[in-house]
Amino acid sequence: MNLTADTVRRIAQLARLRPSPSEEERLIQDMGAILEFFAQLSEAEVEGIEPMAHPLEVDQRMREDEVTEPDRREDYQAIAPDAREGLYRVPAVLDSD
Amino acid sequence: MHQKTLLEQAQALQAGEVSSVELTRSYLERIKAHDGSINSFITVTEEQALAQAEQADRARASNEAGPLTGIPLAHKDIFCTRGVKTSCGSHMLDNFVSPYDATVVERLEAAGMVMLGKTNMDEFAMGSSNETSYYGPVRNPWDPERVPGGSSGGSAAAVAARLAPAATATDTGGSIRQPATFCGVTGLKPTYGRVSRFGMVAYASSLDQGGMLGVSAEDCAALLGVMAGFDSRDSTSVDHPVPDYQAELGQSIDGLRLGLPKEFFDDRLDARIRASVEEAVKAWEGQGAELVEISLPNLPLATPAYYVIASAECSSNLARYDGVRYGHRCQDPQDLEDLFCRSREEGFGAEVRRRIMIGTYALSAGYWDAYYGRAQRVRQLIRRDFQQAFQKVDVIAAPVSPVLPFKLGEKTQDPVAMYLIDCYTIPVNLAGLPGLSLPARPVEGLPTGVQLIGSYFDEARLLGLGAAWQRETDWHRQVPPEFA
Repeated sequence: MNLTADTVRRIAQLARLRPSPSEEERLIQDMGAILEFFAQLSEAEVEGIEPMAHPLEVDQRMREDEVTEPDRREDYQAIAPDAREGLYRVPAVLDSD
Repeated sequence: MHQKTLLEQAQALQAGEVSSVELTRSYLERIKAHDGSINSFITVTEEQALAQAEQADRARASNEAGPLTGIPLAHKDIFCTRGVKTSCGSHMLDNFVSPYDATVVERLEAAGMVMLGKTNMDEFAMGSSNETSYYGPVRNPWDPERVPGGSSGGSAAAVAARLAPAATATDTGGSIRQPATFCGVTGLKPTYGRVSRFGMVAYASSLDQGGMLGVSAEDCAALLGVMAGFDSRDSTSVDHPVPDYQAELGQSIDGLRLGLPKEFFDDRLDARIRASVEEAVKAWEGQGAELVEISLPNLPLATPAYYVIASAECSSNLARYDGVRYGHRCQDPQDLEDLFCRSREEGFGAEVRRRIMIGTYALSAGYWDAYYGRAQRVRQLIRRDFQQAFQKVDVIAAPVSPVLPFKLGEKTQDPVAMYLIDCYTIPVNLAGLPGLSLPARPVEGLPTGVQLIGSYFDEARLLGLGAAWQRETDWHRQVPPEFA
């Protein structure tokens, strides 16, 4: 299957990846080969078959809406690349002016 | 002591022949002496291990020891360990020190077991050869030129080289069973939902399942008894009673119907591996099992269906790595978009990025039905094939891998060829069934294995058959000469 560089760039943008030009070339080839491999699925006769999302037919379990964990914000923010005063810091989203 | 199985070590501890500190120290020394040649550990937690061992010895002195108290083990670096780096084999999590323990880690610790360290693995469990790890490839202890299998290659190699009596592992498409076979150890992938996934870094959530690698089926039974059970913190955990797996090992196999699916014995299978598998099957027949030929007609579509589902779920699960809350962040981001994109591009290795890309493509507008939807329908067909088979047979026997352990670098250039290695293990994950990999007769000095597949929650029967085979053979007892 032939993918274009535009398609690969669009998918990379959706996935928040930024492949280099040589990486893009590689992805065009590898993804093409993998999608060709996936094409076998079109042979399957799946008319009227329910998609299977979970191996055991169990329902999503609900629990009581109550506090079960202590507040460990400091522990969790201690491993953040940049956190201050309880907030995660990222580059400015809005222009300063 | 390292030549003994985990349960034999438990007896030695019980009898006072050795202390947990002595046992733990001997493994730490073995790791220091031998791991350089196979790279099976990412982190060795020496101080913590010795502290846990001292605690275990104190518990024993005051008659508070359980059956596994004081036995060391290693954790695959996919399980979160509080205060200890949990890298998942990725640059993305190289700086991640988990603030909490996985349920599996918690349970094994509560049973008194001692953590030796964290084992190497394919990055985010994506790989079949342990060559995608940020920390370098793991080498097969039977032949350092060859791969140990993946993604739990570090756990399998560590157990094979007797650098740990057992290790935890995970299996999304064969990541316990295939390295078990490549390294000549025993590996169990339990039923989906049997072991809690809480604190186990997610790859493909509808397929991921935790389990273990050990020397013998009996050892695996002992560990499963501790690891299995309901956990309210994992929404896919199943509330199903946990049997006494060890007590059930002695069950007779007289009259047990053992199914042989023709699709597993096709022309992809190396004839020498087929002979090893057939030898095991004959042994069970000799013990009273009845052999039944069966067919699972949709099996050939399992591998493409699996890679659609696994890639789609991985693209969604790995969206959380954004360089904001934890993990790798790029230097000097220009803006938020740049921070996301560069942190991810730098943090993930090539195979992980490839799967994220494929999964994103498969889930993007206009393609869902042709890929993910269709793959889930094929998945349903495969489950039905197994359900019908289990009307006629009690257990299915099959090979684990169609090929022997291959050389490092041999398949890294061709992703599809690498994916096809998992063709005999993947169907089990799609259906959510338990699968056990047992060492069989080696071929030219390289390990092979046989796989037993059971119906839902039938781990005890698989382990019983495994123990029966291991009472007649000693393949599982063999240690690579350099590590003897």
